[in-house]
Amino acid sequence: MARIEALTGDEVAAEAMRQINPDVVAAYPITPQTEIVQNFSQFVADGKVDTEMIRVESEHSAMSACVGAASAGARAMTATSANGLALMWEILYIAASYRLPIVMSVVNRALSGPINIHCDHSDSMGARDSGWIQIYSENCQEIYDNLIQAVKIGENKKLLLPVMVCFDGFIISHGTERVELLEDEVVRKFIGEFKPDYPLLDVDHPLTYGPLDLFDYYFEHKRQQIEAIDKAPDIIEQVGRDYGRISGRTYGLLEEFNLEKSDLVIIVTGSTAGTAKATILELKEQGIDVGILKIRVFRPFPYQQIKEALKGKVAVAVMDRSASFGALGGPIFTEVRSALYEEDKKPLVVNYIYGLGGRETTVEHIKKVAHDLLNIKKTGKVENLVNYLGVRE
Amino acid sequence: MMRIVYTKPKSMKDVPTHYCPGCGHGIIHRLICEIVDELGIREDLIGICPVGCSVVAYNYFDFDMIEVAHGRAPAVATGVKRSRPDKVVFTYQGDGDLASIGMAEIIHAAARGEAFTVVFVNNAIYGMTGGQMAPTTLLGQKTTTTPFGRDHKMEGYPIKIPELLSSLPGAWYLERVAVNSPGNIRKTKKAIKKAFLTQIEKNKFSLVEVLSPCPTSWRLSPVDAIKWMEEQMIPYYGLGTIKDEGIQVVREK
Ligand SMILES: Cc1ncc(C[n+]2csc(CCOP(=O)(O)OP(=O)(O)O)c2C)c(N)n1
Ligand code: SF4
Repeated sequence: MARIEALTGDEVAAEAMRQINPDVVAAYPITPQTEIVQNFSQFVADGKVDTEMIRVESEHSAMSACVGAASAGARAMTATSANGLALMWEILYIAASYRLPIVMSVVNRALSGPINIHCDHSDSMGARDSGWIQIYSENCQEIYDNLIQAVKIGENKKLLLPVMVCFDGFIISHGTERVELLEDEVVRKFIGEFKPDYPLLDVDHPLTYGPLDLFDYYFEHKRQQIEAIDKAPDIIEQVGRDYGRISGRTYGLLEEFNLEKSDLVIIVTGSTAGTAKATILELKEQGIDVGILKIRVFRPFPYQQIKEALKGKVAVAVMDRSASFGALGGPIFTEVRSALYEEDKKPLVVNYIYGLGGRETTVEHIKKVAHDLLNIKKTGKVENLVNYLGVRE
Repeated sequence: MMRIVYTKPKSMKDVPTHYCPGCGHGIIHRLICEIVDELGIREDLIGICPVGCSVVAYNYFDFDMIEVAHGRAPAVATGVKRSRPDKVVFTYQGDGDLASIGMAEIIHAAARGEAFTVVFVNNAIYGMTGGQMAPTTLLGQKTTTTPFGRDHKMEGYPIKIPELLSSLPGAWYLERVAVNSPGNIRKTKKAIKKAFLTQIEKNKFSLVEVLSPCPTSWRLSPVDAIKWMEEQMIPYYGLGTIKDEGIQVVREK
């Protein structure tokens, strides 16, 4: 029987970790991730998990300790935000290239400078090329569901890749919501035992992780890594279906909301998807129909599925909660637009950068985007390719 | 005849601080500002703000400040001082900032004998992020990440920074003080002043560790926090000069 509780995003992330019961957790505190590690420390102290908890001196060491643990054959987890993720950068790439299925909560927070503790996606978007799978969560329920699925996805033998489960700092991490939790036994059976093929502790088969790899083989290894993450969409969908069987909640790479009803689409990720859905329902009453396409998985980028979902659409607004300085729009925008390049009949695509540093994104902002889409449809023209929502100019 | 017995230091902005009641940061800020006024260095001073509860210290200090990434103050201070050797440079750092994430930076700044001053505020905890264990947390001390107290078998022993740095020839003046009583606050001021003078007159590296209360994260009243400092913290860390190469020695050029 599922339990129903009222938990914050951080609390539910810690609860998922308790049920996953990883062998090793290494972490360093940073707002707004802190409550995950604090709550988990309490579980360790109370003997509710068998985890070896390492309170390291920095995030660089946190990720390094996870790399060590996972190489030795342990199921390793951590959590961080913003500058903490930035400090892990070097090791993120190493974790992915060693093919270590570490699972990490990234509580999205704006990167310094100037220093800021509130939500945007500049941290995880900056890590988008590190080789990690990235799953974004709209609400507390999704954090829970995504973390459990992340273990199973990352540890799939075809992938063996680390996974970031991202969710919006404060908005979700510190917001209390109703969540349905599975039984411990159900979760443990679902994720199964981690049986690494190449643990360092297999003394009969000594091996080296990450040896020097120059122009002779480095390229081939990178090619294999690309190949591995390219296999992830099918596996993520499979795990999403399997998870539906135990929880009643099935997940894919994208989520469609009111999409078939309209030829206008807003593409959004994270908590703003919730705001967008509520706005769309309000607009519906006024006779305006706009669809929502929520990106759940950003890495690997589900370009096939996005192309499919946007077939026959007239105008698409892509919302980015981060800036890619000097680029032609935000990271989601450039990838969506590029995915549509081969299509004979492509929709007009427009970009909205929003919510940087925690700037609030309201129903009014989404309404503006919807009205802009109506206008684009009417005129057949995109006036400004990249727009900024709610900024003083 | 009216006599002025109290004024705010000129280099301290006349604004309320965001610090909790009973926090040591405010006292230490004021001492620094008094020293800056007394030495007349306000126009020649560049401070480096850490990440920690004193992250917005620039709102209280009325002189030039740089806000830097968590733990990197000594590296930034090195850059500032090397490019402006005529200026007085100091970092203001908590124990999480200095003894945890920024440990490499402080050791190497001292090893190189960088000519800046470090005011190191040790409150035995990460205050800003909500009371997690720091490397300076005492054995048995309860924090949000050590709910049953720090256990050396799992989390090691608290680090004594001045002692750790004292083997480095580059570290010129190292002292530990506390802000638990009027007498000790006066000694704290003397030590920080001497640290600034070590920089100004001898062009040498100096660090003053200030034991400081954090009633909020210690979950104690301000009065009990002072008591805890006196009964637990000061006996463990010990107060006094750890190393003093003296101000009379002239810097070899
Ligand atoms: C790279 C990075 N990791 C973590 C943090 C989060 N963080 C902010 S302040 C702090 C600890 C501060 O503790 P301390 O230096 O002891 O200062 P106090 O708040 O106690 O004065 C931490 C871990 C950060 N800002 N950047
Ligand atoms: S949490 Fe502690 S260090 Fe931070 S302001 Fe409050 S008392 Fe001071």
